[in-house]
Amino acid sequence: MRVMATGVSVTIDGTTILDDVSFTAADGRVTGLIGPNGSGKSTLLRCLYRIIRPQQGTVHIGDHDVWQVPARRAGQLRAVVAQDQELDNDYTVRDIVAMGRIPHQRLLERESTTDRTIVDEALVRARIEWAEGRRFVTLSGGERQRVLLARALAQNTPVLLLDEPTNHLDIGAQLELLELIRELGLTTVAALHDLDHAMSYCDAVVLLHHGRVVAADDPVTVLTPQRLADVFGVRGATTTHPLTGQPHLVFAAPCSEREISR
Amino acid sequence: MPSTQRTDRTRPEAARAHLVPDRAVPLLIVLLTVAVVLAAAVAIAVGTVPVPLGDVVAVTWAHLTPGDTERSLLYDQIVWDFRAPRVLLAGVAGAGLSIAGVCLQALVRNPLADPYLLGISGGASIGAALALSFVPAAIAGLGVSGAAFLGAVVSVALVVGLAQRAGRVAPGRLILAGVAVAYLGSAVTSYIQLQANPGELRGILFWVLGSVAAASWPDLPAPTAALLVCLLWLLVDGRRLNALTMGETSAAGLGIDVNRLRLGLLAVASLLTATIVSVAGGIGFVGLLVPHAVRLLVGPDHRRVIPVSLLLGAVFLILVDLLSRTLDRPNEMPIGIFTAVLGAPFFLWLLRSQSGAVR
Repeated sequence: MRVMATGVSVTIDGTTILDDVSFTAADGRVTGLIGPNGSGKSTLLRCLYRIIRPQQGTVHIGDHDVWQVPARRAGQLRAVVAQDQELDNDYTVRDIVAMGRIPHQRLLERESTTDRTIVDEALVRARIEWAEGRRFVTLSGGERQRVLLARALAQNTPVLLLDEPTNHLDIGAQLELLELIRELGLTTVAALHDLDHAMSYCDAVVLLHHGRVVAADDPVTVLTPQRLADVFGVRGATTTHPLTGQPHLVFAAPCSEREISR
Repeated sequence: MPSTQRTDRTRPEAARAHLVPDRAVPLLIVLLTVAVVLAAAVAIAVGTVPVPLGDVVAVTWAHLTPGDTERSLLYDQIVWDFRAPRVLLAGVAGAGLSIAGVCLQALVRNPLADPYLLGISGGASIGAALALSFVPAAIAGLGVSGAAFLGAVVSVALVVGLAQRAGRVAPGRLILAGVAVAYLGSAVTSYIQLQANPGELRGILFWVLGSVAAASWPDLPAPTAALLVCLLWLLVDGRRLNALTMGETSAAGLGIDVNRLRLGLLAVASLLTATIVSVAGGIGFVGLLVPHAVRLLVGPDHRRVIPVSLLLGAVFLILVDLLSRTLDRPNEMPIGIFTAVLGAPFFLWLLRSQSGAVR
C-alpha cells in the first residue's frame, strides 16, 4: 500500500512548517525523509499520525485519506515507532507489544488466542521475544526500539512509519535495527537524520528543506555534493566501502581554518 | 545480525513491580467488594449511640424491601437518616475522587496530578465560602452545594479554556492554568474568611478541609449518578488509557483520537470532582494517594487500576470518616485532615517496599 502526500501545508503559530509538500512512497519500499533540523520531516510524519491536521492538502495511505477515516481505521493502516517513548511506566515488554492489538479489538473485547499468537510472532520478528516478561524501563535503548517495533508489527498494518528510529542508539544497534526494518518488507516511511543510513537502507529518499521538497528519487541521485552543500552546508562525497563495495557518504565541514592556513 | 554481544541475557529477570500477581486481581476485587460492605456496616453501627450490627442489617433490609416490618424507631432514625447517607457519601466520594485522580494522572502523565488539578476546589470554595458567610441572601436559592458546584464549573471552564488552543488541549498548559486558578480561588476564599465572623469561619474551614458530617439523602444522587456514568465509560476505555500513558504519538499511532480521549477524561474528572466537592468539600489526598497505591498493588494496566481504585477509595474514605468522628468524641474533625495523616505514612510504606518501581 503506497503512502502519498498531496500539496500538504502546515502553519503553526504563524510559522510555515510545510509548504505545498507532495511525495509518494512506493508500495513495499523503504522511503527516507531527510533534511536538516527544522526542515519539516517530523511534522510531515505527524500529519500521517493524525496529530497535526494539514491546513491544506491531503495525506493518503492506499486509497484512504488519513484524516477522513475514523482514528481506529487509521490504526489498522499504519503503525508508528516514534521518539516519545514514555519512560515513567511499569509495563512489561509483552504489555506494550499487546497494545498493538488495540485498533483491532472492539470495546471490552478481551485478548483472543489470535491476538496472543500475533503478539508472540511480533516479539519473534523483532527479535525481542527473550525479554517478554521484562519491564520496559530495564531495557537498553536498542532493545526498547525493538519492543516498539514489535508493537508496530503486532498492529499488523501494511505501512510502517518511523521517526528517527536510530536516535540515541550505539552504531551496532543502529545497523541491526535498520537491517531488521529492511527485512520486514513493509511499505516504510522513515525520517532519518543520518544521511549515510538513508543512502544504505532506503530505496528512495525525499529531501526536505525549509518545509519544501527539494528532491525525491533514489538516494544516489538525490544526495549529490551540490545538494549536500546547498541544503546542509557541508562538503559531501560518495565513496566505496573497502570491505563491502557499497556506496557511502563522507562529510567535511565547509573549508575549515586549518585548510585555509595550510 | 546476531544480537548476543550487546544484549546480556544473563541478567536476572526483573520481577513484576507490583505486589498482587495478575492472577490474584479478580480475588482482590472480590475481597475489596466485601470490605466495602463490611466497612459501611461497621461505620453505620459505630457512633455516640452504638447500634448492633444485626439492627443495622434489619433497618437497611426494611427500607430496601416493600412492606412494613417491625423495627426500633430510634435505631431506624440513627441508621437510615443520620449514618447511612453519611457513610454512603464517604464511599461515593472516596471512589469518585480516586477515579478522577486516575483519569487526570493518565491525562497529564504527571504523578502529582490529583482531582483538584483543574482548579475545581478553588472555584468551589469561593462559591461555598460566599454562601456560608456574608452574602448568603444573594445565592440563597442555590444553597452551599449549588454555589460550590457553580464555582467548580466556572473554574473548570476557565482552566480548560485557558489550556486549549484551536480545540486541542495541551497537558502542560492545563497544569499551569489549573495551578493559577487554584491559587486565585484560595486567595479569594482567604479574603472571605478574614471578613467572616468566627461562627461562619469554622463553617468555611470545615468545608474547605472536606466533611461528610452534614450528609443527607438529597446529597447522594448527583455524585452517585456521575460516578456510575463515568465508571461505565472508563471501564470501556481502559485500554486506550494504557496507550495514552505511553505518550501522545504512541496513542495516535495505535488508532486513538488523542484529543477526543483527553477531552473525555477532562469531562469525567470534572464531573466527578465537581459533584463530590459541592456536597463534601475539598477532601484532599484521596485522589492523589489511592491511584498510586493501586498501581503499586496491581501494576499500571487501567483495566485493573480503575475497578481496584474505585473499591479501595471507597473503603479508605468510609474508614477515615469513621475515625474522624470517633477519635475525639463527641467532637468531629474534618475528614481531610485524617486522609493525609493516615494516608501519608501508608503511602510512604508502600513506596519504600517497592524497590524496583520507577517513580
